[in-house]
Amino acid sequence: MKVALFITCLGDVLFPEVGKATVAVLERLGHEVVFPRDQTCCGQMHTNTGYQHDAAGLVRHHVEVFERVLADGCEAVVAPSGSCVGSVRHQHAALARREGDEALAVRAEAVAARTFELSELLVDVLGVTDVGAAYPHRVTYHPTCHSLRLLGVGDRPLRLLRAVRGIDLVELPAADSCCGFGGTFSIKNADTSTAMLADKMSSVLATRAEVVTAGDASCLMHIGGGLSRLRTGVRPVHLAEILASTT
Amino acid sequence: MTAREEILSRIRGALGDTPSRPDVPRTHRQQGVHRPGTPELVRQLIDRLEDYRATVVRVAAEDDDAIGQAIADALTVRGIGQVVAPPGVPRAWTGRLADVVVDEASIDARTLDRIPAVVTGSVVAIAETGTIVLDGATVCGRRAITLVPDTHVCVVRAMHVVQTVPEGLQRVDPRRALTFVSGPSATSDIELDRVEGVHGPRTLIVVVAG
Amino acid sequence: MSTFLGMPGVPVRGPAADTAVGHLTGDRPFPAAARDSLADTQLRRNLAHATSTIRAKRAAVVTEVPDWEALRDAGSAIKADTMARLPELLEQLEANVVARGGTVHWARDAAEANRIVTDLVRATGADEVVKVKSMATQEIGLNEALEAVGVTAHETDLAELIVQLGHDRPSHILVPAIHRGRAEIREIFALEMPGVDPSLTDEPAVLAAAARTHLRQVFLRARVAVSGANFGVAETGTLTVVESEGNGRMCLTLPETLITVMGIEKVVPSWRDLEVFLQLLPRSSTGERMNPYTSTWTGVTPGDGPQEFHLVLLDNGRTRALADDLGRTALHCIRCSACLNVCPVYERTGGHAYGSTYPGPIGAILTPLLTGLTGGDDPNDSLPYASTLCGACYDVCPVKINIPEILVQLRAEHTEAHADRHRLPTAEAAAMKAVAWSMADPARFARAGRAAALARHGIRRGKPLLPLPPPLNGWTASRDAPRPSAESFRDWWARTRGPSS
Repeated sequence: MKVALFITCLGDVLFPEVGKATVAVLERLGHEVVFPRDQTCCGQMHTNTGYQHDAAGLVRHHVEVFERVLADGCEAVVAPSGSCVGSVRHQHAALARREGDEALAVRAEAVAARTFELSELLVDVLGVTDVGAAYPHRVTYHPTCHSLRLLGVGDRPLRLLRAVRGIDLVELPAADSCCGFGGTFSIKNADTSTAMLADKMSSVLATRAEVVTAGDASCLMHIGGGLSRLRTGVRPVHLAEILASTT
Repeated sequence: MTAREEILSRIRGALGDTPSRPDVPRTHRQQGVHRPGTPELVRQLIDRLEDYRATVVRVAAEDDDAIGQAIADALTVRGIGQVVAPPGVPRAWTGRLADVVVDEASIDARTLDRIPAVVTGSVVAIAETGTIVLDGATVCGRRAITLVPDTHVCVVRAMHVVQTVPEGLQRVDPRRALTFVSGPSATSDIELDRVEGVHGPRTLIVVVAG
Repeated sequence: MSTFLGMPGVPVRGPAADTAVGHLTGDRPFPAAARDSLADTQLRRNLAHATSTIRAKRAAVVTEVPDWEALRDAGSAIKADTMARLPELLEQLEANVVARGGTVHWARDAAEANRIVTDLVRATGADEVVKVKSMATQEIGLNEALEAVGVTAHETDLAELIVQLGHDRPSHILVPAIHRGRAEIREIFALEMPGVDPSLTDEPAVLAAAARTHLRQVFLRARVAVSGANFGVAETGTLTVVESEGNGRMCLTLPETLITVMGIEKVVPSWRDLEVFLQLLPRSSTGERMNPYTSTWTGVTPGDGPQEFHLVLLDNGRTRALADDLGRTALHCIRCSACLNVCPVYERTGGHAYGSTYPGPIGAILTPLLTGLTGGDDPNDSLPYASTLCGACYDVCPVKINIPEILVQLRAEHTEAHADRHRLPTAEAAAMKAVAWSMADPARFARAGRAAALARHGIRRGKPLLPLPPPLNGWTASRDAPRPSAESFRDWWARTRGPSS
């Protein structure tokens, strides 16, 4: 299958290893990955911070870029982020409608219908749970809110992780509780965000895992930023990176 | 403009000219799988009532004398000799009790407060939620008598037991003053821990007959 | 700037409502108020315990209902239908209440509602009233209005009594004293409850019994009661109060006069609709299959209960919320408080941080919808941001109010209200515009990415070499900053794969 990678702005600039890992997993499974280089950002940060007009331009750009590659032989768009896929699927068309652009809304819906978060693409579209990975570490998985509640990925990431050779996967207590990131919430309400982060870190530490993983680099940046500030010795590693690992 | 006119006009302005009305899906269960009064429902009602700390006494037949015996036994054990009862309660239900006050409008709340128990019937019971409905009929009495005394003995006829909330609501007349009772009075206000017994009757004894 | 569709007059933006009367606006923005709550260790412990208890109970009784999702769909649609024909339903409710011997009053705002109720109470000659817990009367500050004319209001719900005796404020819709633990409640009772046995313990059953003894004499002598209403059935004129303790029944039954204050959004079209809400509400709120007592009454019932009945229909900002075609669904709320109990923000800050009678996720949308978003320094302007948009509230809402979506919409209305009022954009708005500008064009975005990569040299061991300005220092106060990669993904792709697509 020919798949277009939506790297996400955060993944492009801050976490390129996550994108490289996504490419590695898909290519190892025999699929072709293309990277539409005109892509920029889904506009979620703008939308969720109250700048819908600014976001609208980004939505239009995103739709134009990805409908082109979908028309050009790509069968699906994949992003290693539940949150950005959530924005594409649940915000783009509504935003276009609020801006009075019904035609854009319809096009956004078409792109959204073929856009998948990584675990959705692997399990639902490509039909695999064992991606041939090996990762001999003690790992705990945090289901990010948008992947869990906006997309409903359910246990797909866990099914993928369970099939990884050598992994010691331990359950995270109170896993479905938000980590406290919330985009600009983390700076506008930094104290409350930190209180939530503290509880999430306690849960992670209680598992005695060496690695905490998730399907969103943004939440991992938050959880990992706290774990690293306290020098806990627990690393944040994106789900894609574990699935790409073969050693 | 009066407040009434102004509020109605604000609402109309807020809704615009042609507010769209959605279709209301009612695909939820309108009735249960068990017919009213079946043993499964009686068992479920008893289970729910006991779960909320009501005391349940089972009387096999819908026999007023047997009901009266069960009521007398339940109250005697608790050392209660005096009850108030609405005029529609069958004599046989209270016949074995020493002191029965038949309710009348002139009995005020302070007097009721000195009477330890009340005996009434009910009009319908909902098994799934453990709910008994009183409708102010002569067998249920006015609302104050099932509220002020500390013990409520309530007779439920098995044939009045339905499975679901919709079935229960269909069987009562909303124009009467209704009280839906599910167990003794309770509160979760302290640490969200449920405690039975606040202002309403702290003891609910349900006699299920038939 | 383009206009949002379907928003006649955009009433949510604009000057704040007159909130001098009532309790819809706190004195500080959410982040500042939250900081104090977060430091209150007793509150944190009490809330964590209480919310986790109720979450588990709710989950258990909801799982038990095979048609729960169908009930949510029905509840949501009934409320939407109600809003669409609110004028006719209110007129029908009024006609039916009047036909059964009741009197109906209409109140545009809190001050008018308070005036109506205080006049009615004074006309009876009573100098005290008993009250059933009611959000509407808390919202309008009725107790203070009664006190001002020399009438004592006795709160009779246990949690409201704890709040009243403790000279405190409610912090939760269902359990206003949720921020108090049993030991604190014992202290409040021992100090403030007249005639209490000083040796009482902190057993919940003992505390509940003390409340029973204390209030019994008040119930027996009270001549006037004030209540709210959970539902008002237009088709029959029937009012409903859903409760647990029996204090509601006492108020609705024993006094001679009953005054009910009901928000106009609490009307439902038909009796049959209660079959939906009486299943959704108890399981969502107290986690019970059914609450111990539900009372319904229609006007006056001769020989049974109050022989004088007044219904006060309250607007107080509800029509403002109704005019927002997305925000209007906040009026579907049946006040179960399930969203508070699952909210990770509420669980840590408690309800006082929201400043309003309506805290938690529903409060974060309902309060600004009622009072308006000023784009200035009104504390309620901070409420739409008091959420991570985690979505737990939407999952549990029995009438499927999409709280996260409305929060996002209100944030937009807030930034636009700010832009309307100010000539200069905020630093945030300017930054957002700059980022959007650079992201709108791939070449600009690539250059911005390379510039960001240079910033990596400004970060050492997770901390910036130069202190970041507010609000960005909010990140680095508790978390290490991520280090931009030396090479962006797109540059890696171009270097290793050549130009593509």
